[in-house]
Amino acid sequence: MDLITIAFYFFGALTIVFGAVVVFTKNIMHAAFSLLFTFFGIAGLYVLLSADFLAITQIMIYIGGILVLIIFGVMLTTRITGVEVKSGKIGKVQLAVAGLLTVLIAATLIMIFTTSNWYTADSVPLNSTVNEIGTALLTNYLLAFEAASMLLLIAIVGAAFIARKKH
Amino acid sequence: MEIGLTHYLIISAILFSLGLYGIITRKHAIMVLMGLELVLNATNINFIAFARYGGMNIEGHIAAIFVIILAAAEAAIALAIVLNIYQNFRHVNVDEVDNLKG
Repeated sequence: MDLITIAFYFFGALTIVFGAVVVFTKNIMHAAFSLLFTFFGIAGLYVLLSADFLAITQIMIYIGGILVLIIFGVMLTTRITGVEVKSGKIGKVQLAVAGLLTVLIAATLIMIFTTSNWYTADSVPLNSTVNEIGTALLTNYLLAFEAASMLLLIAIVGAAFIARKKH
Repeated sequence: MEIGLTHYLIISAILFSLGLYGIITRKHAIMVLMGLELVLNATNINFIAFARYGGMNIEGHIAAIFVIILAAAEAAIALAIVLNIYQNFRHVNVDEVDNLKG
């Protein structure tokens, strides 16, 4: 096995195992911190897919931004003192149906992914993607880029407006 | 066996299913949000894997960037709403929040 294969299985296992911990654990703080390792694993997969800019973006936005927001949310909405920080319970039947549905969807997806004859191009020389992404964002995708900036501005104002205390 | 497109697609399929299971079964609103993040990340892996093995075209990366932008905006708004729900109900179980008037 070469290094790429080992790295792929390491990051893949990291992603899947901690993703499972996020979903199955009862303790919500454990889930939030497992999400950190899942995001790191996905960033590693991006590096293996030679998406260097996306890997850094993943770490900066998901781990530095979204995860911190989620942990803030957990701490603000659960009574830390006295009461255990736990997620609500759900009936056995519903759990079984949900599990069955999920396994069914996973099996279908994996069957489609493995049996389809995907188009794959010949190997191309791998360069840094930053230059190309910058050019694409400011030429072909300029309108979407500006719309995204407006969306983020509106989201910031809206979040601050919704979350503030009513007097 | 060499690592190919299918390996990444299978990882993304498993991650997508895990996130879906979290969204369906969890009651805590923030846990539902975490499941949503897993689903979005699974789609991103798909985008980038297809971009890489489809001749390193940059369009897949652009799509993934916009998914990340939308995820950031969605997380901020969703957590603001969750905080508001907590102020009104003193809990954030999504199936017990059945009243729009605060």
